[in-house]
Amino acid sequence: MKIDIKHIAKLANLRLKAEDETKFEKQLNEIVAYVEKLNEVDTKGVEITSQVTGLKNVTREDKPAPSLTQEEVLSGTSSKHNGLFKVGAILEE
Amino acid sequence: MKLNELTIKEAVEGLKGKKFSSVEITKACLSQIEKHNPNINAFLTINEHAFDEAKKADEARESGSNTSLLGIPIALKDMYLTKGLRTTAASHVLENYIPQYDATVVQKLKDAGVVILGKTNHDAWAHGSSGENSDFEPTKNPWNKEYVPGGSSSGSAASVAADMAIASTGTDTGGSIRLPASFTNTVGLKPTYGLVSRYGIIAMASSLDSIGHFTKTVEDSAIYLNVTAGNDPMDATTTKNKTPNYLEDLNEGIKGLKIGVPKEYFTQGLDSNIKKNIEGAIKKFEELGAETVEISLPHTEYSLACYYIIAPSEISSNLARYDGIRYGNDRTHFGDEAVRRIILGTFTLSSGYYDAYYKKAMQVRTLIKRDFEQAFEKVDAIISPVSPTPPWKIGEKTDDPLAMYLSDALTVTANLAGIPGLAVPSGFIGDLPTGFQILGPQFSEKLLFRIGHAFEQTKERRVLDI
Repeated sequence: MKIDIKHIAKLANLRLKAEDETKFEKQLNEIVAYVEKLNEVDTKGVEITSQVTGLKNVTREDKPAPSLTQEEVLSGTSSKHNGLFKVGAILEE
Repeated sequence: MKLNELTIKEAVEGLKGKKFSSVEITKACLSQIEKHNPNINAFLTINEHAFDEAKKADEARESGSNTSLLGIPIALKDMYLTKGLRTTAASHVLENYIPQYDATVVQKLKDAGVVILGKTNHDAWAHGSSGENSDFEPTKNPWNKEYVPGGSSSGSAASVAADMAIASTGTDTGGSIRLPASFTNTVGLKPTYGLVSRYGIIAMASSLDSIGHFTKTVEDSAIYLNVTAGNDPMDATTTKNKTPNYLEDLNEGIKGLKIGVPKEYFTQGLDSNIKKNIEGAIKKFEELGAETVEISLPHTEYSLACYYIIAPSEISSNLARYDGIRYGNDRTHFGDEAVRRIILGTFTLSSGYYDAYYKKAMQVRTLIKRDFEQAFEKVDAIISPVSPTPPWKIGEKTDDPLAMYLSDALTVTANLAGIPGLAVPSGFIGDLPTGFQILGPQFSEKLLFRIGHAFEQTKERRVLDI
């Protein structure tokens, strides 16, 4: 299978330069060809392993506890307004 | 011996006996950093409060405090969030990021009394095997500066090897602690998945990330794990079981233990000098009274392909949060390797390809995990090489990502299976260090320390003369 780099970059919200597209496409298709080695393995009826702890549904009591202040939460951004994150408009008129 | 060359154990003993102060050790480390960091590039940020922290530690000791790492200067990989101290993930995306809280492990280390010297360089987002994927220039191998120190925890390994720090922290998702440890003559522990909290450590691949450390000796590694291991309510994957005292069995020796040697690890283009070196180590184990037996881990040859589907998939998901809105710079600031892995992972998770790649890899992961479970029915632990080759020259593999990935072939298996691995130095090939790894069942760290310590006692620790 070959990667359609333009389509995948769009899904991943990455903007690539044209020359980088060519470079990445070549490198990534080599890697994809390598990982397709897994097709040699018979996995019929084999369970998946998504994590290795064996733990299931770890829950805790839903109790309020101290958290970061609004000021701390906003300390990493230069784009704020009235104590909120300011972002570009999503819907237009 | 200079104070910055001390081990944790020696430093703690000296501090207790009032032979020297934390301020003096810290000063020795900082002057070593000042002298050699311009050439080695192990540190990205120096903690300007290090001196004050050392002074406080000395005062605390005066007033009777005796926490296990009181006054010990250490370095932290720049993936660990440190409140008020810049944390970059070695990426331009976070080049100005100041965290609002400490990672759980950082808090635990502070509670144990450490002095934080600064934040160390690594492959950006921990993506790499050489340290060269850092957005802030590569770290050099202190033993020979034309060579890579191994990655991704390149600066942490180099800082301990060059005696800039007494110990340091790392992260190991596919070998990122064990590989640089074996390239720099340091001891590197990748703990069992779920033994050490991941909270507050920048996520790479969440089902594989293991939080470990670099030390100068195996005993130090156990002292350190006694501080970092254990349940954290902020990380639901951490174990609820009580953790043991990891120093308990250190001097038990290895007489009567059964150590497996996986034949598949000796075929994949293993360098002949590395092979000779590990054969020497195996012989040592036999002399120490262990029985070594050949075993088989039949799915070994598929582990790297399995890893390079699962890891990028989880990476693409974890890195999706970096949009430059709440903190950090926007997505145009990602370096090449991060872009490659985001695209690869987005592809393997995308509609129509999920079953063929991601699901398939998760099934193969089950088979790899089962290989180990079956092996540990027959043997107590496994010994293997860490890297199939000695350290390579800086620049040698940077244009060929697949060649770089192949250096992880012998380390990714432990992450896929969730088991611990301890990298122990085993000598030099020319002027460059090499090491082997000891693998054991989940939560068998105490046994790994016992085996590693027994081996370590057979030789003198070599200190870098710079």
